[in-house]
Amino acid sequence: MAKHATPMLDQLETGPWPSFVSDIKQEAAMRAANPKGLDYQIPVDCPDDLLGVLELSYNDGETHWKHGGIVGVFGYGGGVIGRYCDQPEMFPGVAHFHTVRLNQPAGKYYTTDFLRQLCDIWDLRGSGLTNMHGATGDIVLLGTTTPQLEEIFWEVTHDLNNDLGGSGSNLRTPAACLGESRCEYACYDTQAASYNLTMEYQDELHRPAFPYKFKFKFDGCPNGCVAAMARSDFSVVGTWKDSIKIDQEAVAAYVAGEFKPNAGAHSGKDWGAFDIEAEVINRCPSSAMKWEGGKLAIDRSECVRCMHCINTMPRALRIGDERGASILCGAKAPILDGAQMSSLVVPFVEAKDDFDEIKEVVENIWDWWMEEGKNRERLGETMRRLSLQKLLEVVGQEPTAHNVQEPRHNPYIFFKEEEVPGGWDRDINEYRKRHQR
Amino acid sequence: MEESTKIIVDFIESKSKSKSKFYFNDFLPLFPDMKPRAVKKILSELVKSEVMEYWSSGSTTMYGLKGAGKQAAAEHED
Repeated sequence: MAKHATPMLDQLETGPWPSFVSDIKQEAAMRAANPKGLDYQIPVDCPDDLLGVLELSYNDGETHWKHGGIVGVFGYGGGVIGRYCDQPEMFPGVAHFHTVRLNQPAGKYYTTDFLRQLCDIWDLRGSGLTNMHGATGDIVLLGTTTPQLEEIFWEVTHDLNNDLGGSGSNLRTPAACLGESRCEYACYDTQAASYNLTMEYQDELHRPAFPYKFKFKFDGCPNGCVAAMARSDFSVVGTWKDSIKIDQEAVAAYVAGEFKPNAGAHSGKDWGAFDIEAEVINRCPSSAMKWEGGKLAIDRSECVRCMHCINTMPRALRIGDERGASILCGAKAPILDGAQMSSLVVPFVEAKDDFDEIKEVVENIWDWWMEEGKNRERLGETMRRLSLQKLLEVVGQEPTAHNVQEPRHNPYIFFKEEEVPGGWDRDINEYRKRHQR
Repeated sequence: MEESTKIIVDFIESKSKSKSKFYFNDFLPLFPDMKPRAVKKILSELVKSEVMEYWSSGSTTMYGLKGAGKQAAAEHED
């Protein structure tokens, strides 16, 4: 028998998809039965009370959580988010229900042994409920009390050799796609980049000094499996400089129907025969492709590396050989000013070895943003307020044509006096000799 | 370090009537000749020596003197 009646939550279980409500009920039953005979360190019925407080919130139409606090582990300014219930008498199991974030391994590769140990720690010292993974990619452990925090921290760092993730006005846990470990589209080693920058910027991850959060994400190609361009203040996205490699025989085989387009991903429905004109050539966003006389041609100077043709015909088209990454800045979710995508700042870096080129850009941007950014202002908002031109100056990049959004109307890029021959002053009499009033 | 500590503690105490938590940016004008990351090192040391503590909402982190403010009492679990 459930501790609290939850008719509204129960309805959520009737939908076609797996429900988090069922998951929490399952954990509540597991903790009540306690088959391993654990000496639970936080209230055994916290999943029941979690359901209870959620049902109450649905009824009241408002939250019963208080957010934030001084909880944390010693010396760290992030990794733990304090949560308190404002109805502790009704729901004592979740009166204190802090979230712990752990830094996920690059590409989210785990051993089952690691996951078992992690769950053992969390069953004993937390609610047993996890979120794999949070929006930034962290392992999110939901619900524990303050006295358990140092214990969890010690066990995670010493037994699992794993660190806390980022929260607060810190560098957030960097995230990378699977990259070269699984994917032939990866233009650089995203996992190495993520690991390298995580280790380099430990202090920024754990001790806050920024106006607000700051996220790195590493995508191996423009397909963007970790959505760097949409989600991160600093997006590193794989790209290449030379031409897409074309295997004309394989293109012909796609046209003849020997290979399934998109590697068979759309095979659930009959879409008819593959039509290269309709599905590839006409979908090229920069009209860079031609299909003539049974031959495919791509105009490299027009290609914007959107990945559509490569995704559609992966056996025929391959990314180029001169690989590296582009750096884009300023994406964010819509808290202020609406959602924003990243803007291209550095068109190409090699993204190799120690990733020094990337770090130099990062540090220049941080120095500027730490001084100029207002409290609770994301990099994208500082960029909008002070201009992309200013950011390019900070990074040491010359503006190029693609930095101008609308020429002559609302340009991002303005000339400065020293860049214009003769400056702003002119001899008006000289001018009038050639131009009437 | 002692001098920096005094500057920071004096600043916080001068504001103690109106607030107990401060943004990182609030401390930068106290050290106009220093880079922000050098100021961060001082603040980190003060947290380590338990003069100050972090307060985090989860999205924003603030600094305050250890034990200051009404939340300190409310949030420590007995």
